[in-house]
Amino acid sequence: MDHQQAEFQLHQDDQLTTVVLSGDWVQGQLKGKFSEFESALAAGPITRVTISGTAVGASDSALVAFLLKCHDACQSRQIDFHIDAMPAGTDQLLTLATAVKPHRESKQSGASWLASINPVDMLRAAVQTCRESLAFIGEVAIALTQLVRGKANTRLVDFWSFCYQAGPDAFAIISLVSVLVGMILAYLGAVQLQQFGAEVYVADLVVIGMLREMGVLMTAIVMAGRTGAAYAAQLGTMQTNEEIDAITTMGISPMEFLVIPRMLALVAVMPLLTIYANILGIFGGSIVASGMGISPTQYVAEGATVINFTHISVGLIKSVVFGVLIAIAGCRAGINSGRSSAAVGQAATQAVVTAIVYLIIADAAINILFQQLGM
Amino acid sequence: MADDPQVHIAIQALTMAYGQFVIQRDLNFNVYRGDVFVIMGGSGCGKSTLLKHMLGLITPTRGDILYEGHSFTHASPEEQNAMRQSWGITYQSGGLFSAMSMAENVALPLQLYTDNSDAEIADIVAYKLALVGLAGYQEFYPSEISGGMRKRAALARAIALDPDILFFDEPSAGLDPISSRLLDELIVQMQETLGATVVMVTHELPSIFDIATNSVYLDANSRTMIAYGDPRELRDHTDQAVVRQFLKRGSTPAGENSNGQ
Repeated sequence: MDHQQAEFQLHQDDQLTTVVLSGDWVQGQLKGKFSEFESALAAGPITRVTISGTAVGASDSALVAFLLKCHDACQSRQIDFHIDAMPAGTDQLLTLATAVKPHRESKQSGASWLASINPVDMLRAAVQTCRESLAFIGEVAIALTQLVRGKANTRLVDFWSFCYQAGPDAFAIISLVSVLVGMILAYLGAVQLQQFGAEVYVADLVVIGMLREMGVLMTAIVMAGRTGAAYAAQLGTMQTNEEIDAITTMGISPMEFLVIPRMLALVAVMPLLTIYANILGIFGGSIVASGMGISPTQYVAEGATVINFTHISVGLIKSVVFGVLIAIAGCRAGINSGRSSAAVGQAATQAVVTAIVYLIIADAAINILFQQLGM
Repeated sequence: MADDPQVHIAIQALTMAYGQFVIQRDLNFNVYRGDVFVIMGGSGCGKSTLLKHMLGLITPTRGDILYEGHSFTHASPEEQNAMRQSWGITYQSGGLFSAMSMAENVALPLQLYTDNSDAEIADIVAYKLALVGLAGYQEFYPSEISGGMRKRAALARAIALDPDILFFDEPSAGLDPISSRLLDELIVQMQETLGATVVMVTHELPSIFDIATNSVYLDANSRTMIAYGDPRELRDHTDQAVVRQFLKRGSTPAGENSNGQ
């Protein structure tokens, strides 16, 4: 469709100005028209503007959008504004659009990125986050004491369903990851050990590595991405649907009803998954070892010499701690989530990131502790 | 414009079903250009389902829906999308994108379907928001404004492309009487100035009598439409007791007309 160029002409008569519009006032035709009008306003002392539409051809929302801007510009300069002979309906639309005064109190715009890296603010935010985390952990502890005293509103059926979601559903991914991690460990050690002709000690390396460190850590990272994010998304959506409000007003603590079953499920499932991951990891190592000429019997015999209760329990203790941390990171992000779809996404992201940070810090701390204890 | 009514939307022998479960069968009615058309009925009778059929979110089990004589049901997905561009739709809970500000919400259809410059789109967004009384709220997010404002913002988004047909699903649900009245007035004004056809699902009686020019009543028991026409006429003259009862808010149809014409 070809449109006539939209134009306007000013007829100045003392302090009264008539603006005659002509051409087609449709979207895509009005580039720069408003700034021309504004400079005309600024040019002289004008007390009254009449915009006349006698020569307007086609028009659509763009015309009223233009008139609205002119209206606002005139109003801010205390100039009388009138329109005349506009296409049908335009008067009504303009009246409607100007009926409510614009909302002036703009919301504080997001601070610039420079302000956001202000170290004082960052420190303050970090302290605040730590306090909130501690408060959350405190609430969890209170809910747990309620549970122990038998007064908590925690439903066993929830606990079982979360156990199922966190456990058997995760077998496939845990299997894949642990076999591969076992193989990676074996390769890593084999290349070094070969130089001393000590290939057979690959078994020791894999067994100790998996039991104490890699089995539990990889399981925890998978669970943080899988279950921690799911918890955050579930609780975030419940927050959005006002389900958490409903739970609170029914007199039920969201901690007892939502957080505790999820956390206990992870605590129950994590050690089992860790044992499973350890076995598969050691198996993965044996595949690589047999590729280097170490028979499975040799591998098992050598491996068995280093397996002991301490190594196994180090891994299991870690798995319980990690389970608690993943659940806390996930549930905290979900419960504190905002009430929009974007906020739920942020909550899920935050859950995974926080959980992984917690995991690494806790792992380092536990390792140092055990070393001091001589375990 | 009302002197010779032109059929805008035609529903022909429409049967809606979820699998074997029939919700409504044999619906036949026309929506005329410039109508404010109300789909009424008790809860669970399939009002919203009918609207979803008209929007193409659900495919009819049998029958056809025609827009200006063109079959929508049998159109290809591309043609359906082209037809949808002349519609403005507001959903029951607004359907605003919560991750976008008001301005971005209203600007989205303009960015998708017009090649206007950003400055021009910003002007039109300002105008559409001003129309619904939300001037200056461009930078607010849906979560930061009230429910009534969200409904109006959804209307602003629906009219962004100057639509031919406006669909509303329960526009005034959850609004106080004053806001709901204002929204009704806004709908009528939009309809008049844009020359659009309005189709709405509602069971707010004041709304129905204030703004509807035509309506259809879906009955949940017989699973079909049992009344069609101007709701004021239906209230006083229909022979369907259920419809009279619905339109008189359940007061028993004893036959007396307290607010005589």
